[in-house]
Amino acid sequence: MHRVKVRVAEDALDANATIAAANRADFDRAGVAVVNLMSAPGAGKTTVLERILGDGPTIGDGVRVGVLEGDVQGSLDADRLAHLHVPVVQLDTGSGFGGECHLDANMVRSALPLLPLDDLDLLIVENVGNLVCPAEFRIGEDARIMVSSVAEGDDKPLKYPLMFRTCELVVVNKVDLLEHVDFDLDRFFYHLQAVHPGVPHLEVSARTGQGIDALRAWLARLPDRVGAPA
Amino acid sequence: MHEFSIASAVVATAAKHAGGRRVTVVSLRLGALRQVVPDALAFAFAIVSRETVCDGARLTWESVPVRVRCAPCDRTSTLERLPLRCPRCGDGGVAVVAGEELEVESIEVEEEAACTA
Ligand SMILES: [Zn+2]
Repeated sequence: MHRVKVRVAEDALDANATIAAANRADFDRAGVAVVNLMSAPGAGKTTVLERILGDGPTIGDGVRVGVLEGDVQGSLDADRLAHLHVPVVQLDTGSGFGGECHLDANMVRSALPLLPLDDLDLLIVENVGNLVCPAEFRIGEDARIMVSSVAEGDDKPLKYPLMFRTCELVVVNKVDLLEHVDFDLDRFFYHLQAVHPGVPHLEVSARTGQGIDALRAWLARLPDRVGAPA
Repeated sequence: MHEFSIASAVVATAAKHAGGRRVTVVSLRLGALRQVVPDALAFAFAIVSRETVCDGARLTWESVPVRVRCAPCDRTSTLERLPLRCPRCGDGGVAVVAGEELEVESIEVEEEAACTA
């Protein structure tokens, strides 16, 4: 036996990227825009979703919405969304080594046959609450939204730069609590600028409804991007 | 868990290039922005590589510092820490040109000695 060095020079996540591209192509063919909704546990993703979808199965000018739930706690979040009049598909993230901390392209691919893509214009994928792993794995989405809450530290962008760098929109939730918490919005935006200059952001409260219309409008515009030249 | 997912991806990538040969070393390039903790990755790698061609392989890594290119200055600079801003003019519109790598650079594999007769 002797040893030989083999040059590889390949991104370790290329296999995931290939499947993500296949997902993206399938979504594009079906005319469905996909948004990957990410946050730390407890930032309020599910409550924000309930607010956005509370008025019915469409948003904006008749944009038909569906939800894909990735949830480490079983179907808790899916159950919370069950009363909404939108299709909700639950993805079991419990299988696979380390697979429970994020969704990857392959897991989303396995859910494709369960999704009524022909009846949708927008699919919102609620990722697992985690600021590290979801940032690494593309799922074939058109856009990523990161929900941060004022109940967390205003230095979050500096601690999780990859997550904040890979999103197209940052939503700051629970702004109704600002006077009760030690969270400086200006400092947060300063740190956000430091890791992702120019990224748009919205201040919302899923509890009071503040900013939800603006978020709904942002989401409702997303299907226009599908098939449009980048 | 971040390191476990990445370790699995590293093992899969190495195995793909090993062509069934036993892997003895896996060398990575880790960009500073990826926030991979090398010791945690080595630990995860040792576990997820069990019963694969990478079982028992040594993991080595090179840390790639963050480099940004500033258009106004027409200059590339290395950053020791955030923010992602040009250290020369302070411009925030910099492009990251290095520091986001998560690359399997090379592997070392065992081969039957070639016949020298
Ligand atoms: Zn500059």
